Amino acid sequence: MLLIQCPYCAVERPELEFRYGGEAHIARPESPSELTDEQWADFLYMRSNPKGVMAERWRHVHGCGRFFNALRDTVSDRFLAVYKAGEPRPAIEVSAPAAPNKETGR
Amino acid sequence: MSEAILYSADGDTETVLAAPGLRVSRTRPVARFAFRGDAAAAGKAGAAFGASLPMTPLAANQVAARAALWLGPDEWLLLAADEPPAAIAAGIEAALADVPHALVDVSERNLALLVEGERAARLLNTQVFLDLDLAAFPVGMATRTLFAKAEIILWRLGDEAFAVECWRSFAPYIEGLLLEGARGL
Ligand SMILES: [Zn+2]
Repeated sequence: MLLIQCPYCAVERPELEFRYGGEAHIARPESPSELTDEQWADFLYMRSNPKGVMAERWRHVHGCGRFFNALRDTVSDRFLAVYKAGEPRPAIEVSAPAAPNKETGR
Repeated sequence: MSEAILYSADGDTETVLAAPGLRVSRTRPVARFAFRGDAAAAGKAGAAFGASLPMTPLAANQVAARAALWLGPDEWLLLAADEPPAAIAAGIEAALADVPHALVDVSERNLALLVEGERAARLLNTQVFLDLDLAAFPVGMATRTLFAKAEIILWRLGDEAFAVECWRSFAPYIEGLLLEGARGL
């Protein structure tokens, strides 16, 4: 199980207390009616799905209830940073593939 | 009931479990409120309630028979055993007439279990996956978390005493798992 740091509670908690919320920093278009179907579909469905560092939303649903953002390496499952909603994506230099940490099995 | 006591075990009829070094009991009813608002609203609410709403994550502040538990950056659980809910709500609402907030009476939604004794933490850890060592979860810490599949609010009242606030309909599920867990301790 992953241990995830909540930036609001300022503690590490088991993954079971959290809910995944998809890719972060995707702003809803200001005027949907002015978009083409392709542009709207792009907003609704198209995600970057990188192999490597990804910014994604998480919610501490069985804790403080808050949404926050995290940088996670999709290869190693390692969390590189967590930050509060509304804060900019932190600059993280992508280093060599890191060994998974915070793993307790599974 | 003593006025200074928030949670008191509801007599022998509500004892869920009694074993060496272990006792689980339901408490007498208390008034409960879910409070949402910003820091300014929380400040006024605390002054009116008589126990200030903690701004520190996972903190609880008890004053006599009243307590305020931090649940999130803008969310608190208020507990009181000395007055009926309507009177408490009226006092807080009067102080917050012009401040945006939400104050909801959830007295009947929850009930509280007291889990006490030298094996209390071990019993809880059969279904709660938090580190309950005193260094990691000190007296006075309160948090929402999971007990197996039921959401609870866990509040450490003493070295060997915990309160488990749970939704009323989940109580038989939690009590059943506590009984089962105690058999294996
Ligand atoms: Zn949290």
